[in-house]
Amino acid sequence: MPETAVEVAKERATAKKTLIGQRIPKLDGPEKARGLARYMEDLKLPRMLYGKILFASRPHARIVSIDTSAARALRGVRAVLTAADIELVPFGFGRDNTALKKDKVTCVRDEVAAVAADTPQIAAEAVQRISVTYEDLPVVTSTEEALAAGAPIIHAHVPDNTPFRYDYSHGDVAQGLRESAVIVEDTYCLQRQAHCCLGTSGIIASFDADGRLTLYSVTQVPFLYKHDLAAVVGLPPEMIRVIQPPIGGGFGSKLDIHPFEPICVFLARATARPVRLVFSRDEEFRATPTRQPMVIHLKSGARQDGTFTFRDVHMTLDNGGHTSWGATTPWVSMRTFSSLYRVPHVRQHVDVIYTNNIYACAFRGYGNPQATFALESQVDRLAEELGMDPLAIRLKNAHEPGETTAQGMVLSTCGLKECLETAAGAAGWKQKRSAFSGQRSASNRQSPIVRGIGMAALFHVGGGAKIYRSDGCGTILKLDDFGGVTILTGSSEIGQGSETVIAQIVAEELGLPIKNIRVVNNDTDLTPWDVGVHASRTTFIAGNSALRAAREARRKLLGAAAARLKRDPAELDLSAGNVVDRSSGQPLESIGKIIRGLHFGRVKNELIMTTEFYEPPSSPPDEQHRGNISPCYAFGTHVAEVEVDLETGVVKVLRITAAHDVGRVINRLGIEGQVEGGIAQGIGYCLLEELKLDGGRILNPTFTDYKLCTTTDLPELDVSFVETHDPAGPFGAKGIGESPMIPVAAAIANAVYNATGVRFTELPLTPERVLNKLKEARGLGD
Amino acid sequence: MPNVPEKVELAFTVNGEAVRLAVAPGATLLEVLREDLELTGSKYGCGEGECGACAVLLDGQVVNSCLVLALECAGSQVLTIEGLSPTGQLHPIQQAFVEHGAIQCGFCTPGMIMATYALLEANPAPTEDDVKRALEGNLCRCTGYRKIVDAVLSLAQGGARHA
Repeated sequence: MPETAVEVAKERATAKKTLIGQRIPKLDGPEKARGLARYMEDLKLPRMLYGKILFASRPHARIVSIDTSAARALRGVRAVLTAADIELVPFGFGRDNTALKKDKVTCVRDEVAAVAADTPQIAAEAVQRISVTYEDLPVVTSTEEALAAGAPIIHAHVPDNTPFRYDYSHGDVAQGLRESAVIVEDTYCLQRQAHCCLGTSGIIASFDADGRLTLYSVTQVPFLYKHDLAAVVGLPPEMIRVIQPPIGGGFGSKLDIHPFEPICVFLARATARPVRLVFSRDEEFRATPTRQPMVIHLKSGARQDGTFTFRDVHMTLDNGGHTSWGATTPWVSMRTFSSLYRVPHVRQHVDVIYTNNIYACAFRGYGNPQATFALESQVDRLAEELGMDPLAIRLKNAHEPGETTAQGMVLSTCGLKECLETAAGAAGWKQKRSAFSGQRSASNRQSPIVRGIGMAALFHVGGGAKIYRSDGCGTILKLDDFGGVTILTGSSEIGQGSETVIAQIVAEELGLPIKNIRVVNNDTDLTPWDVGVHASRTTFIAGNSALRAAREARRKLLGAAAARLKRDPAELDLSAGNVVDRSSGQPLESIGKIIRGLHFGRVKNELIMTTEFYEPPSSPPDEQHRGNISPCYAFGTHVAEVEVDLETGVVKVLRITAAHDVGRVINRLGIEGQVEGGIAQGIGYCLLEELKLDGGRILNPTFTDYKLCTTTDLPELDVSFVETHDPAGPFGAKGIGESPMIPVAAAIANAVYNATGVRFTELPLTPERVLNKLKEARGLGD
Repeated sequence: MPNVPEKVELAFTVNGEAVRLAVAPGATLLEVLREDLELTGSKYGCGEGECGACAVLLDGQVVNSCLVLALECAGSQVLTIEGLSPTGQLHPIQQAFVEHGAIQCGFCTPGMIMATYALLEANPAPTEDDVKRALEGNLCRCTGYRKIVDAVLSLAQGGARHA
């Protein structure tokens, strides 16, 4: 072949249209756009009853007696349950929660009784007719009260009200102190943020004739759920099937089993009928856990040249009346304190303390937004003390690819410096920073509006976190006779677009149009095991699992094609539904025909079905919390530009410039959506959102009083992706789910400081809080 | 039984079809659409008119159907998300939401699309500010709104002002 022709062919081969990095609309988009997706609240089974829970509505009380007779007497009521009617098996991370509460309640959301009735109206009426006699106990509304001498004991087995303590350290903080030219110290208070999934929580429990339990559930972790729930409801796990209908948002809220779930199972068992229990918005606010509130005392230092020396962290967590995953979020905070930038000496102590407040669970970022807020606020303070630019001090201390952090995390790829430079460059950091710094000193300033710019970076796991002995995901792939593919994946979809990414990966590998790929991801009877949607793991782990299953199918297809076409498999490729000549790209045979040739062969008959269980090359942490818990790590930088009205205290975010090290973009449309959505949650966390308590009672359980970002809060966005091509990632990709939420609040608070000269250590930055502190600062300054 | 008042007859038009049924006097339009007519595309998000997931058109005006008593709709025309694609073909608004990545969990989507429909009927060439104001009553927890606003702007007459 002439040289030019070879080059033409090569060019054609490399120019093969790749799906990776394209903008692929979400596969379930049309169904959702037409209103045809059937969420939990849309599902009904024949003879289904409606469940309803009676909550305690008082924060700390002994249950003296419960009279259910009036409820039972109501026509249409099929079951009324209290703790006396069920076996109480403790569950949750602290094993301190039960489905219904027996002797006492320890927070307002405690579940006391439950009803199943013919209609939701009857169920609601019945719940009101249940009469509970309580004897109120002294209420512990803060961690200080919980630790005071003679404080009421909330759970008898924890007399000091401190169920968990964690310690981590590397290096020697005393030495770090000695080596420091500057030292800064602050206490940061981070509030309760509610997930506010638009679809409220719910479940349907239905027993089959053979005693098997089918759960229609919104869980994010169907296989762990099956296991954990089985123990609580007294069934072998293999007797439980979990089916997930489309889920109206997760963000971590559905990572644990919650009391309403076993309660619904008990109601179904008591009535021998299917029971559905779906929360109202009020119940969703009151009876689902929040982001973990934290008080973080942080002290840190640097040498004169800006090199970080030490961090000393003390965290206090209000654990509320029971324990869900919130109590474990410091495990993630810890990794940011130890490993966002190089720092030789770190010590972290955490106390998790029972109170009679509501409790917290997982929420996007899992303790990292809190840690990043404290740390990145303090990095700016160190820079200021040293007269350094915040960008320069971050670049100076940033890790390089190939380093292992002091906590044992191996940075196979690390785009932190590139993220810092990309975001700063795109945001016009240098010019704006000096322009905005000038405005405060301008004595002739007419307008009450000042502008500021601030940045924050982030460090997070990029491919799951091996908290369990396995962090894997299974895939079953089958090809039909026509080139259609069904992927059964263990991974769950909660809106993030995993089904589209998985289909894209498989379509790319098999040279098939994406419309040929079906993804089944919501039925534990069909799909192989997966640990669940959390820790930004699905693209990486489920993606790798699907990719490997597809590679094996590809190998079989090419082998069959080579035999049929009497060619070497190495000379063949798959593209646009065809087997093609690898060098010329010329179609030789349709993939469907190759499959049918195998299936209906004259000599032997075969189907192409492959399986894969992908276990990432990560390891569980040791007892000192060290170890490479993720196969790769995610980095990013956000730059926020804000406007602060000095007269009203209103902070407006004008622009967020984000750069994320995502390894490689798989679905550009989807990944932009993850970043944009994370930014909005971050803005809400920083400026608007707080579920407020008073005396253990919730003050604002409505969207009227709990403010979320709306379209008019949407700032200008500039999102860039730094592609570091992680060697272990599918096509080089890392996870993105949580990262974009993490640095937002810190970046905004740093921008507010730049604008006003006042540093905020408490969120949210409501106009009231901002105005008060500005006044206070002026008072002191004048 | 608790005191349940007698049901009252209601006649109105839903997605172009005449409908006649007996409803409880206290039933909301959302309840009648979802429970009696099995039009579950309209979602319950809060029940107090704050989230917009239940938005439908009532005589051409966008309303939160959780705040409207069904009996108030006697003789009215109601258009729900199901009415936008009666033949199964996506309506251009639905198509734009899909193509622009304006849908993640999708729970807010029907309400967003109905609010968009009302906006474009009233103002076929909205600016970005118009779009933001028109959708201010519709909460979305997933997307951060950028792609929703882009989807709507792509439908604006006289060319999209893509931000």
